[in-house]
Amino acid sequence: MRYLSHTPDDLREMMEVIGIERVEELFDSIPQGVRRDSEIAIEPESEWRLLREFEAMAAANCPVTTFIGAGSCAHHVPAHVPYLASRSEFLTSYTPYQPEISQGTLQAIFEFQTMTGSLLGMEVANASMYDGASALAEAALMAIRVKKKPKIAVSRLSHPHYLQVLSTYLRPTAFETVELGALPDGRTDCGKVPGDVSAVLVQSPNFLGVVEDLGAVAEAAHARGALLVASFTEAMAWGLLKNPGSQGADIVCGEGSSFGIPHNFGGPGVGMLACRKDFVRAIPGRLVGQTVDRNGERSFVLTLAAREQHIRREKAVSNICTNSGHNALTAAIYMATAGREGLRRIAQINHDKAAYLKAGLEKAGFRPLFNAPFFNEFALTAPAGFEQRRAKLLEKGFAAGLKLDAFPEYKDAYLFCATEVHTRDVLDAFLKEVA
Amino acid sequence: MDRYPGTRGLAFREALLWERSRKGRIGLSLPEQDVPRSELDAGLVGDGPDLPELSEVDVVRHYTRLSTWNCGVDTGTYPLGSCTMKYNPKINDRVAGLPGFANLHPMMPVECIQGALSLMYALERDLLEITGMHAASLQPSAGAQGELAGMLMIHAYHAHRGRQRRKIIMPATAHGTNPASAALCGYSPVPVQLSQDGIMTPEAIREVMDEDTAGIMITNPNTLGIFESHIAEIAKIIHEKGGLVYGDGANLNALMGYADVEKMGIDVLHVNVHKTLSTPHGGGGPGAGPVVVRDVLEPFLPVPRVVKDGDRYTLSSDAPLSIGRLHSFFGNFAVLVRALAYTRTLGKHLKDVTEMAVLNANYVKAGLKGVYNLPFPQPSLHECIFNDAIQRKQGVTTLDVAKRLIDFGYHPPTVYFPLVVDGALMIEPTETESKADLDGFVEALRAIAGEAAANPAMVTDTPKNTAVARPDEVLAARHLILRGETPQ
Repeated sequence: MRYLSHTPDDLREMMEVIGIERVEELFDSIPQGVRRDSEIAIEPESEWRLLREFEAMAAANCPVTTFIGAGSCAHHVPAHVPYLASRSEFLTSYTPYQPEISQGTLQAIFEFQTMTGSLLGMEVANASMYDGASALAEAALMAIRVKKKPKIAVSRLSHPHYLQVLSTYLRPTAFETVELGALPDGRTDCGKVPGDVSAVLVQSPNFLGVVEDLGAVAEAAHARGALLVASFTEAMAWGLLKNPGSQGADIVCGEGSSFGIPHNFGGPGVGMLACRKDFVRAIPGRLVGQTVDRNGERSFVLTLAAREQHIRREKAVSNICTNSGHNALTAAIYMATAGREGLRRIAQINHDKAAYLKAGLEKAGFRPLFNAPFFNEFALTAPAGFEQRRAKLLEKGFAAGLKLDAFPEYKDAYLFCATEVHTRDVLDAFLKEVA
Repeated sequence: MDRYPGTRGLAFREALLWERSRKGRIGLSLPEQDVPRSELDAGLVGDGPDLPELSEVDVVRHYTRLSTWNCGVDTGTYPLGSCTMKYNPKINDRVAGLPGFANLHPMMPVECIQGALSLMYALERDLLEITGMHAASLQPSAGAQGELAGMLMIHAYHAHRGRQRRKIIMPATAHGTNPASAALCGYSPVPVQLSQDGIMTPEAIREVMDEDTAGIMITNPNTLGIFESHIAEIAKIIHEKGGLVYGDGANLNALMGYADVEKMGIDVLHVNVHKTLSTPHGGGGPGAGPVVVRDVLEPFLPVPRVVKDGDRYTLSSDAPLSIGRLHSFFGNFAVLVRALAYTRTLGKHLKDVTEMAVLNANYVKAGLKGVYNLPFPQPSLHECIFNDAIQRKQGVTTLDVAKRLIDFGYHPPTVYFPLVVDGALMIEPTETESKADLDGFVEALRAIAGEAAANPAMVTDTPKNTAVARPDEVLAARHLILRGETPQ
């Protein structure tokens, strides 16, 4: 086996040092009653055969052009981003517990925290969460820790999967959610926020693509003594839109995989979690801080470990330890590459492409579900017979939007997405097929 | 010193990103503006994030230099106890990057994702074959989320049976995440006395198990590397009182081909694929923490589940007792692809993996016995735990030994964990270290013990060859600087 290097001579010498004659003796502490009675029935494969098999599985997925976002928007990955991230010193290292030989990871995460803070307009960002959904669930628990009221008001227009994960996390607790419905313009109705909620949780742009008025939501939340938890599934939007922090958000959570991370069938992504600095001791997950070493050199370490599970055990603010460090690195490389101006321009192009697609679909008989501002996703009501057409479009290589099954109140409604990856040629070819 | 890898040569300083920034630079290639510009309402548009402005070359230099300040498994021996830092095969990365996987959108019609679902189904089958369990879910994103999934299932099980319980048995040899995961389900941990051999006894369990206790969280082999040989009887006691057994699979690398998890009486176990199944740790994730369960817990598994129907695969959420969804989509798929590449490459030779991992740990243990104190001399499996009881008398601590080891060119072992050992040095070499690497590592630790006896300052005044030395962690926590300034 090519990953194991002991020769028969090595084995003999090692067993002699240990004082055994057969390797099996080392397992004498495992009682007969709990031993398996057969060998592992998986046939080992050569690299050649393995590659063929995996290529066949990969080929069994349709190679189509998607016009679906829904928490995983298609974005271009610049060549140097995965190239740098896959350097083995980053990829094959562990959590940076030994700062002297982990300054690469530590500085990269410090820079990720800094750029994420800038992106979201927040004072503190952590080293990442698993994904957008778990970031949202942890943000809700964090808000409850801060405000100590047992309920969270949650916009119905948040990503349905994220709300499902939130209810999984809340299931064993006494905490509850209160749903905030939609206004006719596709924004969240914050007119009836109850008084016993720790936070109002609103996604922007929301699941139906509408840019929420976070400033007004913040006012409604704060008037009730609640925090505004702003969530997002499309980090690219903050290249163009006013960031949540500047509109009064207290905690911001979301998915950052638009920055250099491919779809990967939905994972792994990278959860982003940020807050105002007053709440830093309540934030879950790892934090990297700047300090000096004993020679006065600037250096970076994991800090505020007193919040974390390996020190606090059952009193920790969360159980998270491994997070999405390598994808945080990837997202950081992307943000550094784009920079202030680049991110603004690529975000503007996203909006341009989406507006072009929307106008084209409207010409083909679709009607906008809302008269509301959008970024790169929008919901439309389809003309009669579109559901049958959609199957045909798939055969022609187009995934024509997402049917909004999770929102039965919007009949025949579909969610579309266009980004910088969709050239005008592709958009026109698609529109021609739809028309 | 010549025989140790050590460090020599150029080490570049590297500024923070924004210290390299020059106004007007963009490192991103922007696509042609082939559609008309569409203006958003000016009231919605912000000033743009305050990000550094760099060329592509700046970015490449920056991260390349940062990488040289890191140390990975590809760089050298990385014997972190409890972390299973084995070699990460490169073919795994290659297949995970196949465009048919990497570019697959998660919300596609089921006809379009047959390859992905077949892969997930195959990995579930392999995990069940390796562990002997009944059903699986690949959704959890990490070991700790797998633990949470397991505890949520145990909580849902008790709720379904009509009476919730309030406590959970938690040995001191449990991972730190275990009590935190249990706390998320509202269970308070109940400690249990360990025997002199460092394991739990049926008598001790009988004393604490009652009908208000939801079950037990067991790591086997435990964090001392010792097999809990009474596990089947312990599980029986738990089950008789209506409780369930949670197994922390962090140490599965010690058991493949030998132990049957179901026969141990475990009801739910999480598998750290970034440990046992060789997926890269990535400097702190992403990993994956699938759970495998006995039949009694299958109805509670997260949804959606992958279902095979003839030659066709579907996703099903039709499970009224399920704990619900745990992931934005279906789990860390790209990590799971790597895990399947590993189980398929090794197959039945996973048993050899376990044997060589245990052999290597015992070889290191034999080489260091007498030189460092071994608080639990009992037979151990894939890791061995020493401490600084001898060196402390010479004015040298575990931390000093760890830092000195860096100068010899080795990543230190896990230190000060598990908590049941004072000043622990927890060594897990894994199966992929060669005899020569292990010999070098053992000799380095022996040399350090010699230095500690002869001239402690040689050990305490370290590390010498690194970019930074002993950063002030107290200062970092007291004067929090969690983000940099971004002057433009």
